[in-house]
Amino acid sequence: MKQFLFFVKKEFYHLIRDRQTFFILLGIPVVLILIFGFALTNEVKNSRIAVLDLAKDASSRAIIDRFEASRYFDIQQYLQSNDELEPAFKSGKIRLAVVFPSNFEHELLHGQSATIQLIGDASDPNVSSTLINYATAVIMDYQSSLRDAGEIPLRINTEMRMLYNPQLKGSYNFVPGVMALVLMLVCAMMTSISIVREKEIGTMEVILVSPIRPLSMVFAKMIPYFLLSVVNVISILLLSVFVLDVPIQGNLVLLILECMLFIIASLALGLLISSVSTSQQVAMLFSLMGLMVPTIMLSGFMFPIENMPAPLRFLSNVVPARWFYSTVISVMIKGLDFNYVWKETLILSGMAFFFMAVSIKNFKTRLE
Amino acid sequence: MKSISVQHLTKRFGSFVAVDNITFDVNPGEIFGFLGANGAGKTTAMRMLCGLSMPSSGEATVAGFDLYKEAEKIKRSIGYMSQKFSLYEDLTIRENIRLYGGIYGLSIPTIKTKTDQLVTALKLEDKANTLVRSLPLGWRQKLAFSVAMIHDPKIVFLDEPTGGVDPITRREFWTMIFEAASRGTTVFVTTHYMDEAEYCNRVSIMVDGGIEAMGTPEELKKKYTSNSIAEMFLQLARKAKRSDD
Repeated sequence: MKQFLFFVKKEFYHLIRDRQTFFILLGIPVVLILIFGFALTNEVKNSRIAVLDLAKDASSRAIIDRFEASRYFDIQQYLQSNDELEPAFKSGKIRLAVVFPSNFEHELLHGQSATIQLIGDASDPNVSSTLINYATAVIMDYQSSLRDAGEIPLRINTEMRMLYNPQLKGSYNFVPGVMALVLMLVCAMMTSISIVREKEIGTMEVILVSPIRPLSMVFAKMIPYFLLSVVNVISILLLSVFVLDVPIQGNLVLLILECMLFIIASLALGLLISSVSTSQQVAMLFSLMGLMVPTIMLSGFMFPIENMPAPLRFLSNVVPARWFYSTVISVMIKGLDFNYVWKETLILSGMAFFFMAVSIKNFKTRLE
Repeated sequence: MKSISVQHLTKRFGSFVAVDNITFDVNPGEIFGFLGANGAGKTTAMRMLCGLSMPSSGEATVAGFDLYKEAEKIKRSIGYMSQKFSLYEDLTIRENIRLYGGIYGLSIPTIKTKTDQLVTALKLEDKANTLVRSLPLGWRQKLAFSVAMIHDPKIVFLDEPTGGVDPITRREFWTMIFEAASRGTTVFVTTHYMDEAEYCNRVSIMVDGGIEAMGTPEELKKKYTSNSIAEMFLQLARKAKRSDD
């Protein structure tokens, strides 16, 4: 045990003395979250929209004023006819068009129900659905102000049309994806590289000659990366809650425990990679091709699993990040409890155990 | 009792016989030089004795313990300095010493006194807290040797310890080896510097995986009527069929 602690200390020295890598590892999650986060939010603020007001009456004017006042919208064009809609979208100048039918106020006041058409550019489904939601909110706000004014209940229906991608496939939540990516990177890649480095520089030989169990050295390596990963998880969660306003709906303790489970599985994968790699480059290549690419492509983070062809869908089952991703979505975004993620938890635990067992069995205590 | 006793030790890699049926003994407190050209099988033989590599056949005892059955006991009794540099460059001198002391299970007070002794002996007092990376190669090798000796092993294995080191430092390094031997440690050293062979109590010369000659430097020179070990080494090594690897 004392020997083990000596090793843990040594690993902390390695980690901290390599300042560049250390700060990169701490910085990656922050940078990724900010990039993903602001790529999304910037688009929604001051989005360029067009208005086609065929009614030109007091009610439509009042709603347009609200759009103008909103910080989410920036009215770029006032269109005169339906024919101008298509070119406006094609030119890329607008992301959303608000269309008032010619008899808007008449229907609103006499028919007690009127319709506004919202046309979104769904080539980017996330932005477009966000914009439509915001636009709907602006209209509903106007509607409720009418109601507060004591007039008879009036209803404005919004009719949405999503151009280019009506099903809105591909909307994703990037926070869990970034988490899976970062943890995979820090745990699997860094652990495997640092074990293989010892083989490369020759210190592994000396360790193997010494009475210490080589596996205790390997486990000592995992501890600093485990802690670093927990720090990364916390920084991702803090950023997503306080900077991106993505709240944690579910149980925080459960969420962190699930993250730790995934960290352990990734560490075990790193150990497995180190046992089959002969150089740091090989270990890095294995981690990138064998772990990072599937984590990005097959976890459901970039592309929804249900849309994949059957062989890839099948393959995604062996990607740990897939199970982790859906666990985090369930716990963090949907706020579900353990009853909904026990299956994923069980699969991840099984994977962690399996990788650990195989790599321990494969770990060579002698040179060739 | 012999310090190292080897009978018919053989190591095959597929059809390649790296070490071919070697037999020798090393006495306690002896400096035993293990000579041979590159690829002759020195390192493989040494690795088997250290437990880094499993022999294909043959018997051996190291420090009185059986190579196959008592590998853990052997590990506690030997020190090893690898051909590659075996200290951590991003740790300070003191941290390296402490780590290896810890690996060999020394108590914390022992490690403290050992560290101070060692740093003083190497005259590295003012550098004890600098990273090993900043030390010149010769100093690093001397430090690596001291670290390999930290647990006072009965036998120390040195695999080409003076490779790439300047002549003055090599001289100092050998002084350290003599001191270790005089304290009773058996030194098993591979080298291809023939002048260093003259410092050994006994040498063996490996050619193509087998031991071609063995004895004190004086005996060997007489037997092969050469003026120096270098001369007789060339005589023997020319017979080698195996190419350099």
